[in-house]
Amino acid sequence: MAVKVRIPTPLQRLTQGKEEVEGKAGTVMALIQDLDARYPGIGERISEGGKVRRFVNIYVNEEDIRFLQAEQTAVKDDDEVSIVPAIAGGGKRRE
Amino acid sequence: MNELSIPKQIFNEMLAYCREGVPDEVCGILAGDGNRISKLYKIANADSSPVSYLMDSRDQFRVMKDMRENGLSMLAIFHSHPASTAYPSNRDVDLAFYEDCVYVIMSLIQEEPVSGAFLIRGGHISEAALTID
Repeated sequence: MAVKVRIPTPLQRLTQGKEEVEGKAGTVMALIQDLDARYPGIGERISEGGKVRRFVNIYVNEEDIRFLQAEQTAVKDDDEVSIVPAIAGGGKRRE
Repeated sequence: MNELSIPKQIFNEMLAYCREGVPDEVCGILAGDGNRISKLYKIANADSSPVSYLMDSRDQFRVMKDMRENGLSMLAIFHSHPASTAYPSNRDVDLAFYEDCVYVIMSLIQEEPVSGAFLIRGGHISEAALTID
């Protein structure tokens, strides 16, 4: 039993091409640290200073963690965690 | 992938969507297989802005799931530039996380819309070929 973690394509280089990896139950932040221990570098891409980066969305099952307990959201065995980098941009030129 | 093939019908649907959104930018995902697009997903612009876009995260999450369930790949990300050229802005480059995707930009600054397709990797922009048939 484990937590199922969906890895987005931009981060699959860090997971040897795997779209899905397993993680330990606990909190979202502990899960990110656990992933980083096994796939070095992934933690820094997802979070900074203990917070999930602004342009990264994380879902536990169908819920955005920003509407749950953010980084402290609990994850348990059989939960599905999706890491989804935002898609953004626009025509504004840098000042 | 440095070329993208879009059926005319899907291209026209994307263009109509971009025009409907004026003055704001609109955005979405083009999905398919290989380099051939077979599905257009319109995604709400959470910024509701004429100069930026941020895909509504819940919409984006749903689309990702739908692509997975239908065996489709996210081949391109499109957005409109209602008031600037069909070339990636600094913001487009800074926020281009999906390096495997082609970034399609529709400029509506002129009467005749202009489309551009680009790969944005490590802060570098290169042009991609766009075929509409």
